[in-house]
This record gives sequence, structure tokens and C-alpha cells, in this order.
Amino acid sequence: MIFFSFATRNLRRHMVRSFLATLGIVIGVFAIASLGVMGNSINLLAAGLIADVGDTVVITPHTALGGEGFVGDPRTMVAATISEADVDRIERAAGGNPVVAVVEEAADLRVGNEGGYAQVIGLATDDIPDLLDLSEGNYLRPGSPAALVGSVLAEEYGIRAGSRIALGDEEMRVAGVLEERGFAFDINPDYAVVIERDRFREQFPEKKGYDYVVITVADPDEMEGVKAAVENLMNRRDETVDVTDSRESLNQVNEIYDAMGRFLLGIGAVSLVIAAVSILNVMIISVTERRHEIGVMRSIGALRGEVMRMFLYEALVLGIAGSLIGGALSFVGGYVISLAAIAVFTAGTTFAEGATVFDPLSVAYILGAMLFGVVTSVAAGVYPAWQAAQMTPIEALRG
Amino acid sequence: MNEPETIIRFVDVSKIYPLPAGDVVALDHVDLEIEAGEFVAVMGPSGSGKSTLLNLIGCLDTPSSGTLSIKGKDIGTLSDDDLTRLRRDHIGFIFQQFNLIPLLDVIENVEFPRVLKERRSGCDEACLELLDAVGLEPELHTHRPAELSGGQQQRVAIARALINEPEILLADEPTGNLDTKTGEGIMDLLTQMNRRGKTIIMVTHDTNIAAYAHRRVHLVDGRIA
Repeated sequence: MIFFSFATRNLRRHMVRSFLATLGIVIGVFAIASLGVMGNSINLLAAGLIADVGDTVVITPHTALGGEGFVGDPRTMVAATISEADVDRIERAAGGNPVVAVVEEAADLRVGNEGGYAQVIGLATDDIPDLLDLSEGNYLRPGSPAALVGSVLAEEYGIRAGSRIALGDEEMRVAGVLEERGFAFDINPDYAVVIERDRFREQFPEKKGYDYVVITVADPDEMEGVKAAVENLMNRRDETVDVTDSRESLNQVNEIYDAMGRFLLGIGAVSLVIAAVSILNVMIISVTERRHEIGVMRSIGALRGEVMRMFLYEALVLGIAGSLIGGALSFVGGYVISLAAIAVFTAGTTFAEGATVFDPLSVAYILGAMLFGVVTSVAAGVYPAWQAAQMTPIEALRG
Repeated sequence: MNEPETIIRFVDVSKIYPLPAGDVVALDHVDLEIEAGEFVAVMGPSGSGKSTLLNLIGCLDTPSSGTLSIKGKDIGTLSDDDLTRLRRDHIGFIFQQFNLIPLLDVIENVEFPRVLKERRSGCDEACLELLDAVGLEPELHTHRPAELSGGQQQRVAIARALINEPEILLADEPTGNLDTKTGEGIMDLLTQMNRRGKTIIMVTHDTNIAAYAHRRVHLVDGRIA
């Protein structure tokens, strides 16, 4: 144990140098751990936010018009719609799977004295139960002048089944409140008002056609077939629609999150490598400075292995100290980052309640980063320690 | 004293340091026997091979040729760890520069060789007795070497050299960095240790100091004159 005490005393003797070497490990551990925690938190949030949309095929107007305009040109995006005839053709291609055509528009919303903007979604009354679940109240009956309100919107304005709201100039009764759905690749009703499609046409007469069409495919194996049939029917001559399937989109998003997580971990790993170099440097200086002392120890009976151990302990102490500080910081930092991420990602939703900062995987990231920090530090100490042990006593005594 | 036992035996020992400019012969076919309980002064001008002789006896180095036996062991055949153990258990070193370990206080310095040998620390009677025997005041026991005078440091170094009860004490100019009066005190201490049965080999070029020894060995150009 005296060698351990030697190590700590020597580190204390060169307080500033030891602190700087430790700082490298602190930063490395902090970087790996907090970036890992951040990546994990984002993944968790994303998983919570993205609705389990099952297997739907979403058909949107093709907006990349060649010649005039550019990809994503707002004029073409606003202008592009799917016509009634297109919907009929899509229905034929869907082969019996339910097809829902959706229209959307933004409108002024007033509830009592409060007001703001909300998305208005027009759906055929028959289609609503296929796509959306109710948390209270009733679905719309055919021809009903009432509305269904998305969960987040309902919460924000305190709307319940039976409340009265106004869309533009139209006053209406709220028949029911929808279940929270999260971000979906088809329909996003959480911050929207759903009304019957005929009422929608009356209220927004300038709006023609549909914004998108959702096919709910019952048998996942049919997915590709349905997509191909739609593509074949709609895009044979010109690219008129884009066909995506929700599962594929979800996978793409997950892949992006995974890649981001790996990238963040990579940055953390680089900073640990830098920390290792700084520890290596400090240890080599320490060995050079203490040549004479090593010579004395060897001449009064310290074995090579004992000298080596003494220096490895120094690296170990630096690593443990750095990892503990870095781990503590990343615990706090990860908490703050996660809270910030939750705030940003869940703004206006109720998902924040479900997002946990101290997920087991996040804790594992912190512990893993700390372990990595200690191992890196000790590994950086191996060469200097070996160098110290290899000196012959006479060489070392000469200083 | 019982029958004298040869504790150190040089048989035709040479030590050659190969240097780019040409080999340096530090010891040239040396034959020397030292018996247990002797107090030997090794004298000679600078570069005569005094320190090399002492380093060989101290197992810090091994002969280039010839045989050197310490306590009956041919040190040329021992591994680095075995040499270190021989040093640790049977040989005490006293240096001109004292060479205490600056990170350790007086007591820790003294007990360090014993910690290496027995893997236990904690100051006990033996350690305190030694410090008392070398004449170091108890209030200095928790001081670091830098806080001690040269004479006090050398006393601590002697106590350290004795803690593992070695048979052989090696002293390299033990008074070289001390004033005459303090030096005399240290020499009295060494004489005392010799009377208690320690074999002492001391390198010096000071004839007054050499006068404390029973036997003087003169080295000139690596040979015993």
C-alpha cells in the first residue's frame, strides 16, 4: 500500500500538473457519457413521440416538378393536390384495404376568450374510426356540424366533449376529444381539429382535391404489393405522387438517430484519446523527474515490478479521480441536456411525463464512460511505468 | 568474535564500461576478500574505480568477468529480482547525498526498506530504537527530509540502512557533504555499528575519515595498489 500512498503524494506534490492531466480524463468521460446520455434520451423521446402507426402507405402529391419551380418550392407544394379521380384510382390499386383521403388547412381557432391557429383536418365520417381513437365523447355522425379535437390542443385550451369552439367564423360543438397519437407519418391530429369533410369543403371552398391519401394495409406482406400497384397506376407516365410506407420511414428516422448517437460517441472517444496523450505526457515527465528517486528506491530494495506498480497507481489515481468527476458532471450534465431535449422535443405535448432521464441505458453510458476513462488512463501509464522499471539502479541514481 | 567468515569475495573481477570512445576499464582483475565484521576503507583518486567496487558489492551492477560472491552467492548468476532481494535483505546503503525520499517523513523513510521486505508498515519499537540509536530527536520524526540538516538527514539514512538488519553496510563518502564535527559524529555512529557486528565498506578519499577503518584498500586505475 505504501506504493499507492507514494502515488497519491506525488500527484499532490504536483497539484497543478495532476489537475490538468485529470482534466483531460474529466472532459473525455464527460463527453462520452453526456453525449451517450443525450443520444439515448433523444432516442427514447423519439421512440415515445413517433406513433406506432402500424403499416400504412401514405400517398402525397409529387412536388418536384421539373422545368418550373424547384424541389420544395412552396408554390408547387401549396398547389399540388390529389384529385378525386386520383383517389378513385388509388382505391382500385389498394385492393380492398381501407383508403382514407385527407384534406388539411390552417384556421383561426377561438375558445372562449383565447385564440390561436390550429390545423383543421377534413375526413369522411366513416373513415375517422379507422384512423383515430377517442379518449372521450363520441365520433361524428354523418352530416354532423360538430368537431373532434386533438389531445394536445384540448389540453392547452381546456376543451372537453361538449365544449364550444369557433373555427374562423363558424361556431361548433366539440363531440369528442382524440387520444394522443404522437408524431406519425400519416395523420397528425394532436394539435388539430377534425371536422366532417363536407363541412370542410363549405368552410374552405377554395381548397380543391386532397392533401394526402392513407391506405391502411391489414397484412404487412401486402405492403410492397400495394405500393407497387399505386406506383404503377399513378406514376406510369408522369411522377404524380410520392408513395411512402410508414414502417420504412420509421426505420429511416431510427437509423438517423443511431448514426447521430455513434457520431457523438466518436467525438467523446477522440477526447479520451487526447486525455490519454496528456496523461502519457505527464507520466513521462514524472518518470524523468524522479529518476534519482527511482534509483534510490531500487538501491534500497524496490523490485522492478514494485516501481512499475507505483507509476501505474499514479495513472490509476488520475483515471479514477477524472472518471469520478467526469461521471458526476455527466450525470448532472446529462440531466440538464435531457431536460432541454425533452423541453424542445415535446413542446406542446404531454409526452414529457413519460420521458425518463435516468434510463438504465443512460446510467450504463455513464458507468461505461467512467470505466473507459480509468482503463484509458492506466493504459496511458503503462509505457512510462515500464520505462521507470527498466532503468538500472546505477543509471537512475546518476539522475 | 567467532571464526571469521568471508562475506565478500572478489576473484579476478573486472568491470568494463563499453563507451563509443573506447572501453573504460573501471576494475582490472581485482582479487579481494572481506570478512564478516570488518571495517574497510576503500581509497583512491577520482576515477580509480572506488564507486564501481562499491556498486558491485551493493549488487547494483555485475562484473564483466571474474566472480564476485556476496554471502556465498555468485552475483553474476542472479536475476535482477534476486539481486534486488539480496540488496534489500543483506545490504544497507549510506550515500554521500543522503538520498532520503523527499515524499516520505523521517519514520517512513526509515521503515521503507522493511515495508519492501515484509510488506507491512507502521512504526514499531525497532524503528524508534534505531532513530534513538542514531541520535535523532523524537520531535523530528514527522519531518520531511527537506526540513532536516545534512547531519540529521545522514542519521536518518543510517537508520534506514539498518532497519532490515543487514550484515553489510556500504557507505559512499558518508561525510562528504557534512562539516568536520558532524562528520565525526557520523563516523562514531558507524564505528558503533561495526562494533555490533556489521561489516562496513566505506569509500572515502579523506584520510582522517579512513582512519576509523581497520583496513584500507587503495585503488589506482582499477587495481588494488
